[in-house]
Amino acid sequence: MRVGNVAKFLSVVAVIIIGFSYFISPLTTSIKQGLDLQGGTHVVLEAVDTPEAKVDEDAVRRVVKIIEKRVNEIGLTEPIIQRQGDRRIIVELPGIKEPEKAIEMLGKTALLEFQDESGTTVMTGKDLKDAKAEMGQNKNSVVALEFSDQGGKLFADLTTKNVGKHISILLDKQVLTSPVVNEPIPNGKAVITGSRSIEEAQNLAILLRSGSLPVKVDVMEMRTVGPTLGQDSKEKSEKAFSIGIALIVIFMLGFYRLSGFVATIALLVYVLLLVGSLKMLQATMTLPGIAGIILSMGVAVDANVLIFERFKEEYRSGKTLRAALDAGFSRAFNTILDSNVSIMITASVLFVLGTGPIKGFAITLGLGVILSMFTAITVSRYLLRMLMQANVTKNGKYFGA
Amino acid sequence: MKFDIIGKRYWWFALSLIVLIPGLISMALQGFNLGIDFTGGTILDLKFASSVTVAQVREVLVDHRLENSVIQLVSTDQAETSNNLFIRTHVLSNDESQILFTDMEKRLGAFEVLRSEKVGAVMGSELTQQALLNLAVVCALLIAYISYRFEYKIAVSAILAILHDVMIVLGIFSLFHIEMDSSFVAAILTVIGYSMNEAIVVFDRIRENLKTHRKTESFQDLVNRSIGQTFTRTLYTLLTVLFACGSLHFFGGESTKNFSLAMLIGFLSGAYSAIFNASPIWVTWKEYDERKRAVLKTGGSK
Repeated sequence: MRVGNVAKFLSVVAVIIIGFSYFISPLTTSIKQGLDLQGGTHVVLEAVDTPEAKVDEDAVRRVVKIIEKRVNEIGLTEPIIQRQGDRRIIVELPGIKEPEKAIEMLGKTALLEFQDESGTTVMTGKDLKDAKAEMGQNKNSVVALEFSDQGGKLFADLTTKNVGKHISILLDKQVLTSPVVNEPIPNGKAVITGSRSIEEAQNLAILLRSGSLPVKVDVMEMRTVGPTLGQDSKEKSEKAFSIGIALIVIFMLGFYRLSGFVATIALLVYVLLLVGSLKMLQATMTLPGIAGIILSMGVAVDANVLIFERFKEEYRSGKTLRAALDAGFSRAFNTILDSNVSIMITASVLFVLGTGPIKGFAITLGLGVILSMFTAITVSRYLLRMLMQANVTKNGKYFGA
Repeated sequence: MKFDIIGKRYWWFALSLIVLIPGLISMALQGFNLGIDFTGGTILDLKFASSVTVAQVREVLVDHRLENSVIQLVSTDQAETSNNLFIRTHVLSNDESQILFTDMEKRLGAFEVLRSEKVGAVMGSELTQQALLNLAVVCALLIAYISYRFEYKIAVSAILAILHDVMIVLGIFSLFHIEMDSSFVAAILTVIGYSMNEAIVVFDRIRENLKTHRKTESFQDLVNRSIGQTFTRTLYTLLTVLFACGSLHFFGGESTKNFSLAMLIGFLSGAYSAIFNASPIWVTWKEYDERKRAVLKTGGSK
């Protein structure tokens, strides 16, 4: 036995175990949790054609803007609003109490109003034909308005009566902007100055256009998970995770002894790397995602099993421990590659074609395959080599052979 | 260990059929218990402050013209009452569910909505299409990869074994009327990946053994030997994935139960078909080809 090498092996193992227990808890708790774990509502909205207007890119962009604005008004923390395909919008609202009411609010058509200083509504969104951000004179960003024939007349009348005063433009009863009327505007075209940047002007233009939102928005799908159930799912999957890992460890130690111990340490590195990468990718932890992690632990051990089985065969054919180890690794590599590619193919199809939680499952599974290959052929090999250099035993029995 | 799997292959094929046939009949006769993800509809998971019976809840639902709803008590024993229940019905509008909730609270006491899901019919039919598309794409890619790494006969044999596993899972889900949702699609695809993985390990070994093939050893013996050499690995890997999947099924939450069940069945079937179906099919095919060639030869010499 070489004491120095034993100490080296043990200290590496200690570093891994301490590193794992130190980092795993902050890592897992800091990953963003999906609605199925923290509770909340997931809604899929779809813009639908109406007799007045067909859904196009601009219409959907306007719908997104207005939903963003409304969600912000509810004052939710970390809402997610995202386009999906041509005409769908996904809205995720964490921890909402009355989802039905909130969704009703999201789906309703926006109301744009022009009011004079006394607060009387003179015109509405249907009188506005278009609003665009433009570069005005002196390189100032402006919003150019164009009114319909009817709207042009109303606007001429409004501006004539209110020279020097403010006109307020409101969306859903909230003031968007209150420009001052400099002079009567008779031709149905107006310009709002005072935007600080072109982005700001564009933003205002989109909001103004959304006031005449012609398309209807339908709720296609709505899923709400109460906080009680979310908490319960979280606790249960933690339990499933611990029991799963414990069974695998007991099994590996029982059948492969010292090699099994090394596989266990490699599994710790694997879990840490997987959770760390998920954190770096800013993935959201969902129930299917956790299922993917638990499942991938079972798969992760497979690479080790392939190697250890090969090692056993080589050892039994009369090779020394170290020669058997090297032969085992190199012979198992082809099989590991071929077999993992097949799981990788499935995971990538799920990732490309799947949606929502299925995508999360695909990410953890695919990432799991890559990382498990990595830990099996580097960490396990490195540790086993060290162990054999330490010369603790020459008996293959202790390595499961 | 000495194996003669190839010699007895028709027994193994028969065993597969015995398990497959009831499932196939059930699929043809009673179809599947498709969840709202596929069909569209509303699911409510409610927890009442005091326990209720199915009859009480049905009474309320009938008044809202929801008489065709499925009501299910969630309880660990066979009790008649429970605090927790599932309702499955057609798509409810926001107004409809608001009114239903108010009425329910009035008549059955306070409750908490643990989960409520509403899926439009359009989304449901899209999921079915997407699931079939996913399945087709995965199979095509796997056939291409295996044909590239091995040969197309191995690819086709492996795919047949995989279809066997998919059919077994579908059959059992149909037979016992277990509900399928969108995660079922992910489970099936994972089973396909696993099953392919298992078949590849055996074929890999056969390929390697073919390189040092001695003429004294028959083709059947070589395949038997290869299966024997990989048997322990197959068994151990099956065990570790079953540990992972089983703990998810028995200790994980309600919403991943059917998902992990599909995988449990699929993994068992996948390990079986990799050993008892995939390479035996390949051997049968090869031998058939050889016989045909032999017949052609003798035919030509006449």
